[in-house]
Amino acid sequence: MNPIIRTENLTHTYSVGTPFERTAIVGVDFAAHPGEFVGIIGHTGSGKSTLMQHLNGLLTPTSGRVLFQGEDIHQSKALTRSVRFQVGLVFQYPEYQLFEESVYKDIAFGPKNMGLSKSEIDQRVREAAALVGLGAAHLEKSPFVLSGGQKRRAAIAGVMAMKPKVLILDEPTAGLDPRGRTEILDNIRTFHRETGATVILVTHSMEEIARTVDRIAVMSDGKVAMTGTRGEIFAQGDALEQMGLDLPEITRVALRLRAMGIDLPGDIFTVEQAVQALLAYKREVAGC
Amino acid sequence: MEQIFETQRLSFQYQTEPGVSGALVLKEIDLSIESGSFVAIVGHNGSGKSTLAKLSNGILLPTGGKVYVEGLDTMDRTLLLEIRRRVGVVFQNPDNQIVSNLVEDDVAFAPENLGLPPEDIRRRVDAALKAVDMYDYRLHAPHLLSGGQKQRVAIAGIIAMRPRLIVLDEPTAMLDPQGRKEVIDTVKQLCREHGITVALITHHMNECIDADRLVVLSDGEIVLDGTPVHVFTQVEKLSELGLAPPETTALLFALGQMGLNVPLDALDVTACAQTIYDSISK
Repeated sequence: MNPIIRTENLTHTYSVGTPFERTAIVGVDFAAHPGEFVGIIGHTGSGKSTLMQHLNGLLTPTSGRVLFQGEDIHQSKALTRSVRFQVGLVFQYPEYQLFEESVYKDIAFGPKNMGLSKSEIDQRVREAAALVGLGAAHLEKSPFVLSGGQKRRAAIAGVMAMKPKVLILDEPTAGLDPRGRTEILDNIRTFHRETGATVILVTHSMEEIARTVDRIAVMSDGKVAMTGTRGEIFAQGDALEQMGLDLPEITRVALRLRAMGIDLPGDIFTVEQAVQALLAYKREVAGC
Repeated sequence: MEQIFETQRLSFQYQTEPGVSGALVLKEIDLSIESGSFVAIVGHNGSGKSTLAKLSNGILLPTGGKVYVEGLDTMDRTLLLEIRRRVGVVFQNPDNQIVSNLVEDDVAFAPENLGLPPEDIRRRVDAALKAVDMYDYRLHAPHLLSGGQKQRVAIAGIIAMRPRLIVLDEPTAMLDPQGRKEVIDTVKQLCREHGITVALITHHMNECIDADRLVVLSDGEIVLDGTPVHVFTQVEKLSELGLAPPETTALLFALGQMGLNVPLDALDVTACAQTIYDSISK
């Protein structure tokens, strides 16, 4: 299968020719496939956000290319514009970008800019609001009276309403309480399941990534240092630690148990997996 | 034991527009913090945690009740400087707390404002940078540091004031795992080795594991208060409050639900593994 979006030897340098010149990403080859749920992890300053902002044409490569469905997104202005609608980007703290007088109007802003009909906009707003668990009562409210988690979900719905083929979320759960985090991740999983779109999730939480994605790309010092399945990536605990990252807490418990002689599978990342593996182990031991 | 910080029936409501008050964000809270202790404060978004941080050194003033810092009333504006010398607050976003283009100047900013002699400022800045392990970076530009390093510089700026109490409002929310660990290790060290009282506000339950005491706020009230083990083992109650225990406790709880006899009081990874080992190899 061809990637829906990929970068080819992508390099970006900020403030070229000034004393603040800084190369944020170097020679990055990154690809995401149709319908895939990809996680991106990496230390602060590793280039995650810079890479994401290239994928919908917000930043222009210093060198290298960004290809959407095989075409260079900067080959024409018209294509760049159309890619902005097809690759939706949710920034960090997106609720700071809410501005309309009602939640409805805020979610409708993107679809309106796409030049859709009034009835199509209405349908999309309601669908997107439902995806993030906001009901009709919320839609007429000012976004500024919502709770922190609701504001965040309203902002995400605004991007979902554009029905992007690729949805990118940059740390969508930062600063939220555990329930707020669970709700947002559930919303994103629902969007992924119901639309079949590609989702790219950037996060600092190893636990979140362990629970959610198919494939992980690890960024370090402006490069993609590793890509692989959860199992492949989390099998490299030492390398992750050197890159300022960590293993999910449950994986560390499982590793410790293995070191103590309990024979558990190597791919345990979540509480549910650990419970199943431990119960299976206990049955087996009891069976002998 | 001496109480460094005390609230008496503390209430607060923001003004939604001039003359109009909104809902109560804090409702008659009584909270005392023991000198030299490490207290963690958790709660859902909107539970009143950040408001409490801003009330701790007079950034906000109570709309009901009192806040005392070593007996000094924050409502008395003549005591404001004395109170701010005693209580330093570190916020979530390190980028908003940088004021200079050199790390050591940044740390010196607050003590300079105290009007101290230069050699005294030098001593304080060096000691503060060493305490957060950023002394080698004293001549670097703060905006080029990593998130964890920036946040440690912000903490050094507070330490240079020689406060008795440091309040940290979600200091790790924007940091990667390494940066988060650096900041939390630094905070623990300040408490254990330098005797500074620490109040850590966070959404990350595993940052609270080593606290002496864990206070849970919900809708402006204190709903749970005790050791981390006492609080985290109330898994169902936490979930009602929109919170979650650390994954280690969640695993032990889930195993218990499946009929395994495991105590819930093992919070760190090593202790959790040992507890499970003991249970299944019986």
